[in-house]
Amino acid sequence: MSVMNDPALGLIPGPLHDRLEPLSRAKAWYGWAGYIAPAVLDTVEFEYFALRNQAALFDISPMHTYRVTGPGALAALNRMVTRDAAKIAPGRVAYCAWCDEDGMVIDDGTLFRLAEDDWRLCCQEPMLTWLLDATWGFDATVTDESDTLAGIALQGPTSFAVLEAAGFDLSDMRPFDHREVEPGLRISRTGFTGDLGYELWMDWNDAVAVWDRLWDADPRGGMRAIGSHALDIARIEAGFLAAGIDFQPVHATERLHRGQTPFELGLGWMVDWTKGHFNGRRALWQVRDRPRSRLLRVDVGGFKPARDALVYHAKRRAAGHITSAVWSPTAKRNIALAHVKAGALDRRKPDLWAEIYTAQEGRWDRRMARLTPLAGPFYKPPRARQTPPART
Amino acid sequence: MTQTEEYDAIVAGAGHNGLTAACYLARAGLRVLVVEKNDWIGGAAVSRSLHEGWTYSNCSYVCSLLRREIVRDLDLPKYGLQVIPYEGGASFTRDGGRFAYYSDADALRREMARLSPRDADAYRHYSRAIMRQCRFIRPFLLRDAPDPTSLRPRDLGELAYLVKKAHGLGRRELGETLRFWTMSIGDFLDDHFENDLIKAHLAGSGIIGTGLGVYSPGTAYVLLHHYMGDIDGGIGAWGFARGGMGAISGALAAAFKDMGGTIRTGAGVERFLVEDGRARGVALSDGAEFRAPVIASNMDVKRTFLEHTDPRDLPDDFRSQVERFKIRGSSAKLNIALDRLPDMPAAPEHASFIRGDLHASESLVELERAYDDWKDGRWSARPYIDMLIPSRIDPTLAPQGAEMMTVFVQYAPYDLYRNGIRSPGNWTGEARRAMADAVLDQIAVLFPDIRERIEHTEIRSPADIEREVGLTEGNIFQGELTFDQLLFNRPVPGYAQYDSPVKGLYLVGSSAHPGGGVMGAPGANAARTILRRETSGKRMKGYAA
Repeated sequence: MSVMNDPALGLIPGPLHDRLEPLSRAKAWYGWAGYIAPAVLDTVEFEYFALRNQAALFDISPMHTYRVTGPGALAALNRMVTRDAAKIAPGRVAYCAWCDEDGMVIDDGTLFRLAEDDWRLCCQEPMLTWLLDATWGFDATVTDESDTLAGIALQGPTSFAVLEAAGFDLSDMRPFDHREVEPGLRISRTGFTGDLGYELWMDWNDAVAVWDRLWDADPRGGMRAIGSHALDIARIEAGFLAAGIDFQPVHATERLHRGQTPFELGLGWMVDWTKGHFNGRRALWQVRDRPRSRLLRVDVGGFKPARDALVYHAKRRAAGHITSAVWSPTAKRNIALAHVKAGALDRRKPDLWAEIYTAQEGRWDRRMARLTPLAGPFYKPPRARQTPPART
Repeated sequence: MTQTEEYDAIVAGAGHNGLTAACYLARAGLRVLVVEKNDWIGGAAVSRSLHEGWTYSNCSYVCSLLRREIVRDLDLPKYGLQVIPYEGGASFTRDGGRFAYYSDADALRREMARLSPRDADAYRHYSRAIMRQCRFIRPFLLRDAPDPTSLRPRDLGELAYLVKKAHGLGRRELGETLRFWTMSIGDFLDDHFENDLIKAHLAGSGIIGTGLGVYSPGTAYVLLHHYMGDIDGGIGAWGFARGGMGAISGALAAAFKDMGGTIRTGAGVERFLVEDGRARGVALSDGAEFRAPVIASNMDVKRTFLEHTDPRDLPDDFRSQVERFKIRGSSAKLNIALDRLPDMPAAPEHASFIRGDLHASESLVELERAYDDWKDGRWSARPYIDMLIPSRIDPTLAPQGAEMMTVFVQYAPYDLYRNGIRSPGNWTGEARRAMADAVLDQIAVLFPDIRERIEHTEIRSPADIEREVGLTEGNIFQGELTFDQLLFNRPVPGYAQYDSPVKGLYLVGSSAHPGGGVMGAPGANAARTILRRETSGKRMKGYAA
């Protein structure tokens, strides 16, 4: 008698699995919020270059999504996020973060204002109880759409041309705009790549039809479906943070003091002191100019990615660690995000080094690579902001 | 009236090496002027729009050798350079057979095993041998070639580095290396493989751009020269510059201008001005004169010294060595605008190799015959073609639904034989069309409907390449990459460190170490030498491996 599979165990297919499965040559799947998601479909390299040179489709349905509606939705959300949600007009979307009462970041995500009293929050972490707590006492209703709303990210320099060929006229859509283009289908000019790109939102059951429409429309035949590895390179190039990697969502930490403030994560620009009270405001005001550490974008010497490396001051004193690292095939730089203790950043020119381990054909070695902090994203093509967008 | 303006350095020719040198000199704080004879910049790294809606990389067409140290140093992506790898390739036979080269190792092994199980296994040994040679040679690309007769500490140091690296190989590997540097690609492939088509496919890199046949000694090194590049660390990988090869020159020029440099197009150097054995400036074809204590010539060694330098300023033995420098035109180019993708009946639908390099040569014997034609002054009856459709990957090159095809053609002689006379003048419009016809016959091996797909064709004979780009005889490497013309013998013994008998006159192009290809290494190395010798205290960092 062998052990039988309990059908409740394991990963389950998402709304686009029937499309992704036949495309998978690499058979490299991983679990994303319980769904079968592709880490790689063909090869990371060619998926990455489809994304940066042509167009790429990526299934973002496993994201957690919540609808907040009602006359009190704005007030409730504005008490939750650090930005001023009142400045988000209907038809606009904004990148936001929200904190606990100690000012530690719970998660970040995108906040869509669908209509005057109708909002949608997309984020990486489950957020239902926090949203219910945040809306308690307000005239607002929270609905968990995580398993009913599907999303497809279409990113890359030909993404506008693909949408055009699929019959969508979005030439006037600016970055962070969104609109319902057809009943039940919303498109936003957003993404996790720092490039020209869109996200399409629809009912779980409509995802395949939308996917097929895009797939068949590609006017140049260069679009690819991609996995998370390729996307991850692009998001590091864009300098975006990944929850659980570049910061620890404070609700997901057991150990004390693992949380980080927006200031420590380089998100201080999102903290609005003028809008009135919001969760964590008092604590954040106390520590606003006293970050314990800072998340830096750094250029790494040499060509070896500084993955999982420790960071040292003056090559000797431990000063932090690398959170994300990759060789950027587009910026042609060795790039990384690094948490560095404030003490090591006091001087005008910080003397920072990453300790990188290398394994070459059975031989391990250690290299110290200089870290040079950079301002701004590693890669920021002008086409990302151009309206109307270019077709190539 | 002549206008005279003073600069710290003048670069003659806005090819990619000239621009690379110009960038490094400008970055060190020099006032630098680049002069270019054409109305556009780029030399052989250009994107030209010759038919409405299409962009051709009408000279060099793929990218791998461009040193990543230079790209990073000069931050070329910031100035618009994006290099995109392509995947695989294939060779086709007249009877409908094919060999597809996949970048995926398992797919490649299965494909080789289909033709020869023995070759599938042999490929591992073959690629290990090639990669070992690559590992040995790559560190030398961004170093100066040592002068073996010099006792200067710098030369001794470089020589010691060379000896140390060679010694580290051990006796057997050193023997292999010397053999490899001098043997033919045909012999090397015969050592490893039995299948004709596989050998023909792999041999291409050994003859591209060179006036040698697959069984000529020295072609194994030419293959290595095409393998030692990389894309993002993937050694041997090739790709496209998004927007065509002109994106490389364009990014270099933008970086150069950002550093305060000046580029003047439309008039080339007529004469290098030399006074008391020292370069003093340049006189241009439009009558303008510019003065500078340092002149860097991006032209090849023959053009620089035989055509634009007064013979009285050069020692006779130097001149005769330059005259003997081998720089033979062996290749032609077709750039084709297609109304749509041609049919490929010999390949399955969705074949990935359509995005790679495509060929129609069946065997080493056929390739050697193609070389025989060239020796006789004719273009090959069945030329080797290195054909790509970059618009399959780069969306910027052709209108939606249409395609751009680039076809490198070998062999085509510079001095074409016609009616008892060998002369570049024989490349008439009729001769060029006849050559293109032979090429289209080869293309038809895999794309039978190619002729119906053509919207526009640009045909470039070696004579055209010489006239327009300025490469002597249309040789794409600014001189053959044979062992007698490499390292401390490139371009001529005694002057392998970018210098010349005229003080202050330097070579920064591919005639100098480490040679041709869109690499940037000669330009960067030359700039380092110039800064060390001609300035006090302005230094460029080295790239010790």
